[in-house]
Amino acid sequence: MDNVWIAYLLVPFVKILIILLAVILIAAYMSFAERRIVAFMQIRLGPNRVWPRGWLQPIADALKLLVKEDIVPARAEKFIYMLAPALMIIPSLVVFSVIPFAPATTLFGVFKQPIEPYLADLNVGVLFVLGVSSVGIYGVILGGWSSNNKFSLMGALRSAAQLISYEVPMGLAVVAVLLMSGTLSLVGIIEAQRSQGVWYIFPGIVAFFLYLACGVAETNRNPFDLPEAESELVAGYHTEYSGMKFAFYFLAEYANMTVISCMITVLFFGGWLPPFPNWLAAAWSSPALAWIPPFAWFAVKVAFFLFCYIWFRGTFPRYRFDQLMHLGWKVFIPVSLANVMVVALLVLLVGGGK
Amino acid sequence: MAPEVTRPFDDSEEMEISFGPQHPATHGVLRLMVKLDGERIIEAKPIIGYLHRGTEKIFETLTYNQAIPHTDRMDYTAAATNNQALVGAVERLMGITIPPRAAYIRIMLAEMQRIASHTIWLATHALDIGAMTPYFYAFEEREKILDLYEAYCGARLTLNCMRVGGQPFDLPDGWTHRLRQFIDQFPHRVAEWEKLLTNNRIWKLRTVGVGVISAPDAIEWGLTGPPLRGSGVRWDVRKALPYDRYDEVAFDIPTGTHGDTYDRYLVRMEEFRQSVRILRQCLDRLPDGPVMAKVPKVIKPPKGEVYHSVEGPKGELGFYVVSDGSAIPYRLRVRPASFINLQALPALVRGHLVADLVAIIGTLDIVLGEIDR
Repeated sequence: MDNVWIAYLLVPFVKILIILLAVILIAAYMSFAERRIVAFMQIRLGPNRVWPRGWLQPIADALKLLVKEDIVPARAEKFIYMLAPALMIIPSLVVFSVIPFAPATTLFGVFKQPIEPYLADLNVGVLFVLGVSSVGIYGVILGGWSSNNKFSLMGALRSAAQLISYEVPMGLAVVAVLLMSGTLSLVGIIEAQRSQGVWYIFPGIVAFFLYLACGVAETNRNPFDLPEAESELVAGYHTEYSGMKFAFYFLAEYANMTVISCMITVLFFGGWLPPFPNWLAAAWSSPALAWIPPFAWFAVKVAFFLFCYIWFRGTFPRYRFDQLMHLGWKVFIPVSLANVMVVALLVLLVGGGK
Repeated sequence: MAPEVTRPFDDSEEMEISFGPQHPATHGVLRLMVKLDGERIIEAKPIIGYLHRGTEKIFETLTYNQAIPHTDRMDYTAAATNNQALVGAVERLMGITIPPRAAYIRIMLAEMQRIASHTIWLATHALDIGAMTPYFYAFEEREKILDLYEAYCGARLTLNCMRVGGQPFDLPDGWTHRLRQFIDQFPHRVAEWEKLLTNNRIWKLRTVGVGVISAPDAIEWGLTGPPLRGSGVRWDVRKALPYDRYDEVAFDIPTGTHGDTYDRYLVRMEEFRQSVRILRQCLDRLPDGPVMAKVPKVIKPPKGEVYHSVEGPKGELGFYVVSDGSAIPYRLRVRPASFINLQALPALVRGHLVADLVAIIGTLDIVLGEIDR
């Protein structure tokens, strides 16, 4: 491992490749999971034809989208129209570079030294995630505006307003966690939860619900799916997109959902830690469960929140635009501000942070 | 509650969008020219006629019994009540009294149709407001009703299930048992739908105070059916001008108080239960006897004219028949409930947001086949 080339080029490259493929596959299979689970909730079957039992449906969809005609509407801003899907999908993939999936591992002794299964442990990881995922808004706005379609434009405007409004309470919810952990590094936050012996969901229950709601809003999902409200705006900002460009928007949406689920897991549910670190030790973190790899805990938690997304979709009607703004500015922001105060007080009294 | 448009139009950035005729929320081929100030609707102008088939003109070339299948295609979600209105009009013109068994079968078919039509309304209305799941729950129940229709007359959608003078067939064996099974479980399903929606915070936010119309306004616009009753007017053709022995069954007319989308929703949900109540009474006292009165082979009403209306699922459905004494109507004019309810749309949506527009289209429960004819 002392070879510089291996350490700085080959290993990161392999990691990037694996993460990228995994994310794209997860995003594709999320669409499949969503269709099957929502179908189950709605007493129907969902896609079950592509062999076996529909499991190749995402592949078939991808192939179909690849060979579809790539339509650029007349009088669209061609360059921006092409650029927008890329602007949408790149940030949503880049974010995964800092998501800590599992602690450093030798992979059951395959490697001599433990390697970190995540790409980078930035000391400003949380800021990186918030910042980079905000860039995705440009993809929405530019895509909606450049396609020269009134429905797209309205979807884009709605989306821009919604994403900006909900980023504020989302950031404030994260601040509550940062106060407790005292670090911006995502790995550091998990380690802090281990050393303090508590998942941050317990002291930060309000922050958790705020983050969950804002996360759903950030990803334009039901009940905050106004930018692509089918019954109102046809398909919102990606009405005019077809083929792979549409697929990019689609993939980005599901990748963003995965990001939010990962972030919830890291910030509030102890990332790869088993339930519960040093606390209620008797039941769950007993040696009997030690054989479960940390990544499994992480994956299960992420899968649960992804399921929640689908669950919401099967349950809720959609907010109206003014109600959405009202909820964001007049409810979530004051509550999240108050929550920061309360958590700060708690940290002062009980201790925590660094 | 409808927010007023306060900005002067001339210095605002108006946007005009063509909403439909190919749009997920317009329930067919309704087209709306919507003038928007941001998200707020300044004006919405319905443009209809995309489904015009000249049904009323076709009626003038057909005998009365031949006209019945054409009524199926008007309000295609409620074929039975359409049939009922036409044959009722001709029977009134000819002075025919149908046998009691035929009348009860007609009531049953009509009430089943009301349930089936309201399930479509609930499904699409909820889907427009973003709740996807009730759609499938509602359609499951509709399927069961369509199965019953299929058992009765062989058709599921375009029923053609009534004739001048009575019913073309008696009920098949075991049909009443199947209907009883359906109405025994159906109220539980309605309760299930209500669990999903009635007290749902978002559902209430989206419907309470949206598309308000006062009782006097509703009467002036000529609204009928649930949109009228939602404003608190106790008017139901089944009670006011009873036909087909509706005076022998007991049921209530549910009414709202505020005249908003939520009240109209509650009215229709209650109508599900009232229809079940009527069906149960019909099953309990279904008389024996013939299902067809003695009518001539060729229906030739005497010279004259008649207006006969029934309470369709969408509102008052009337047929105005002018006969010149021949076997073919001189003129057959339809008063479609949807057409007249749609008139109120521009007034209802003014000042609302785009999202309310689809909620209001849904709450009026229009069917374009009936509007364009």
